[in-house]
Amino acid sequence: MATAATAHHDEHPYGIMRWLCTTNHKDIGTLYLWFAFIMFFVGGAMAMVIRAELFQPGLQVVDPHFFNQMTTLHALVMIFGAVMPAFVGLANWQIPMMIGAPDMALPRLNNWSFWLLPFAATLLLGGLFAPGGGPAAGWTIYPPLSVQGGMGTDFTILAIHTLGISSVLGALNIIATILNMRAPGLTLMKMPLFVWTWLITAYLLLAVMPVLAGVVTMLLTDRHFGTHFFDPAGGGDPVLFQHVFWFFGHPEVYILILPAFGVISQILPTFSRKPLFGYDSMVYATGSIAFLSFVVWAHHMFTVGLPTAGELFFMYMTMLIAVPTGVKVFNWVSTMWRGSMTFETPMLFAIGFVFLFTIGGLSGLMLAIVPADFQYHDTYFVVAHFHYVLFSGSIMAIMGAVYYWLPKWTGNMYNEAQGKWHFWLTAIFFNITFFPQHFLGLAGMPRRIPDYALQFTEFNVWSSIGAFGLGLTQLLFLYIVVRTIRGGKKATDRVWEGAHGLEWTLPSPPPYHTFATPPKVD
Amino acid sequence: MFMLRLAKLRHALLRVTSAVSLFFVSTLAFAEYGFNLQPPVTPIAREILNLHNAIMIVCAVIFVIVFGAMFYAVFAHRKSRGHKASDFDESTKVEIVWTVVPFLILVGMAIPSTATLLKMDDVTESDLTIKITGYQWKWHYEYMDKGVSFFSVLATPRDEIGRPMFSSTGFKAGDAKNANYLLQVDKPLVLPVDQKIRFLVTTNDVLHAWWVPQIGIKKDGIPGFINQMWARIEQPGTYRGQCAELCGKDHGFMPIVLDAVSEQDFNAWLEQEKAMMAAAAAGADREWAKAELLEKGKETYDKVCASCHQPNGQGIAGVFPAIAGSKVATGPLDEHLHLVMAGKPGTAMQAFGPQLDDVALAAVITYQRNAFGNNTGDLVQPSRIKALRK
Repeated sequence: MATAATAHHDEHPYGIMRWLCTTNHKDIGTLYLWFAFIMFFVGGAMAMVIRAELFQPGLQVVDPHFFNQMTTLHALVMIFGAVMPAFVGLANWQIPMMIGAPDMALPRLNNWSFWLLPFAATLLLGGLFAPGGGPAAGWTIYPPLSVQGGMGTDFTILAIHTLGISSVLGALNIIATILNMRAPGLTLMKMPLFVWTWLITAYLLLAVMPVLAGVVTMLLTDRHFGTHFFDPAGGGDPVLFQHVFWFFGHPEVYILILPAFGVISQILPTFSRKPLFGYDSMVYATGSIAFLSFVVWAHHMFTVGLPTAGELFFMYMTMLIAVPTGVKVFNWVSTMWRGSMTFETPMLFAIGFVFLFTIGGLSGLMLAIVPADFQYHDTYFVVAHFHYVLFSGSIMAIMGAVYYWLPKWTGNMYNEAQGKWHFWLTAIFFNITFFPQHFLGLAGMPRRIPDYALQFTEFNVWSSIGAFGLGLTQLLFLYIVVRTIRGGKKATDRVWEGAHGLEWTLPSPPPYHTFATPPKVD
Repeated sequence: MFMLRLAKLRHALLRVTSAVSLFFVSTLAFAEYGFNLQPPVTPIAREILNLHNAIMIVCAVIFVIVFGAMFYAVFAHRKSRGHKASDFDESTKVEIVWTVVPFLILVGMAIPSTATLLKMDDVTESDLTIKITGYQWKWHYEYMDKGVSFFSVLATPRDEIGRPMFSSTGFKAGDAKNANYLLQVDKPLVLPVDQKIRFLVTTNDVLHAWWVPQIGIKKDGIPGFINQMWARIEQPGTYRGQCAELCGKDHGFMPIVLDAVSEQDFNAWLEQEKAMMAAAAAGADREWAKAELLEKGKETYDKVCASCHQPNGQGIAGVFPAIAGSKVATGPLDEHLHLVMAGKPGTAMQAFGPQLDDVALAAVITYQRNAFGNNTGDLVQPSRIKALRK
């Protein structure tokens, strides 16, 4: 039994009320991470439906209308349900511990930010059971097709509003926490990179989520209240939607990847036993990427018939992003250079990230070249590209982060052999799934089609087999996480030999409340 | 001594360039096996392929250098080999180098890209203009100032596609598929070679994108707006493409087929088309028998209506209404005529008045009112449609 004073600190309700009423950053972080994990499997199941239908030419499994609902919802669920909440979960757990704060700055808001999510997810998935089914116009919900859709599209719009509110509140909380609650002596330029990337991501969220909310509201009024924002018959312009959507959408891409950059910048130095190379330039590169993300949106729309000057501007700006992104990759490789490396599971995921994300980065550079983009646009080449940046980018970084911090969170070590199996199976199946899609796209297979011409058969078979393997492998991830929570070898406070930072000075698992008195940072 | 070294260097350079060009050639050879862009048949498509190959090679070289370094470190600088960590963590000099060098490489890429783009965007001085209009889910081609226009729809038999497990109609495996499965149409777009052809693209409903990879063109069709692009096809042949912008249920089923022929053949084809259109117009003036109308009606229904309302007239619950037993198809004839000809705004139900000729409209409405158990006995003559149009 602890002393009365600490017992008072740890007091909280038990059972369901603990989770409903919690204002504790660790509890809320856990909720976010579990929510993301569940959505990861829901979105993954949809991907399995897609790949089952594409396994062979001809229609075998689902009709084209349902296929379109699957591609649409797979993207929305993975982006808004899995990746974004997972990063907010990591931020909740880690940011207070990394900056020596007792909790998030706005704990009650934190609770609400999370509890909006299950309702949003219910709305989003509930659309599937509405008359006419779920949204089927792609996650980009371009009008006029999205104006044609059934009630499921309205469900989606309201879900996006709810998710947007949650993201904005979460971002506000993160900014307030980082700017106000750092331990004495922890200046901005001493913050861990993960905290830095999240600070910048939070500003991106504040800037663009309201834009998305605005544009889907315009869509809603076009659908039901007689406006003609996007209807040419009433003087509107369908392309206006795309401009506004991608003004949100491109920064959103960086919202999904900047925290991953942060995670990798934590893991690589730990297992290289060497400080991060070029800390300052990492911070500036993150800032530059965030800034440039606001002036490249139309590279998603090169085929809509932009004026030549516009195409050139957006091509040059997009190519420019390769410079700060290159700086990051070079810095990571230099961090490893002449280190003393060991290859525990988090390190494997980090190296896998740097290697595979760069493939996605380079195909992104190819996509920036306007004349060539006319051949790549809306093909499987694009599908391959964004899965290299989003799966082997964002999601593998999240997996690496879970292995890296899980011993700290639970006090137990995961099973290293199983973790390595998880990494290698994921990496191999991922490449079997998505590498052939580059070839498919170049050879002329459009994306978002439920059936295809015969010359695309072989690579689709590969891709489907890889996808089933990739999906099954994630059950191993679930098993490892659950087993680690339930027990295992006790973790030390530092956990990793080369780990530096405030979170490693705490016991594993950390007490319910940490840093009630701020630590001193030199 | 210096000359000797120079000769050696030149020799080495030659080896590198020949290796690179070998790589070029082999990537081009792969094109036949579906690894790379399809073989180009226009100057622009060829420029795009060269640009693509060049940039891919630059990317591959950068990739090999960066990850060569990384994997060297992974093998050499590991703890298990007793490597001790250094503690360097910055070097302004190298950081400047790897900011400036990539920037220069990017400038090198931007120059040829800009040149190609400027050529692509120059649609002036064309010899022939084709207006392309996307519909859910077919293409309409109009030869401007030539008096020829027609729809082009998927010609792959439904039986080859099959029916999926989870559908209202039940599973049926697709029949053996022909070589051009999903890439065949009832009536291809016929174009002359060696002429600068300007395409105007728009749509009647949602967004579509007209894409034929071998001629290097992809452009979105946007309702209410007209986009332009051009091509000069160098080789006669058949080139196939698909709609590239999600346009609803049958987005995967609206292919593009383009027949490039000599100018002579093209002109002969134009004359033939005009004669056929005149013959079709004449058909509207005579009286049609019921059996004739039903036969023509079924043909039109399967081609135009069945993708939404389904071949059995049952529709898809919640999305596409059934025709079997529907209020429209068994109710007053005038309302049925009006719905088919004017469409229903805000839904996928298009105005078919401008799309179909008098005979096809009369036949398909007659068919709808008598098939699927809608035994109204009504008969619509083409002359009635003709009168309604006035």
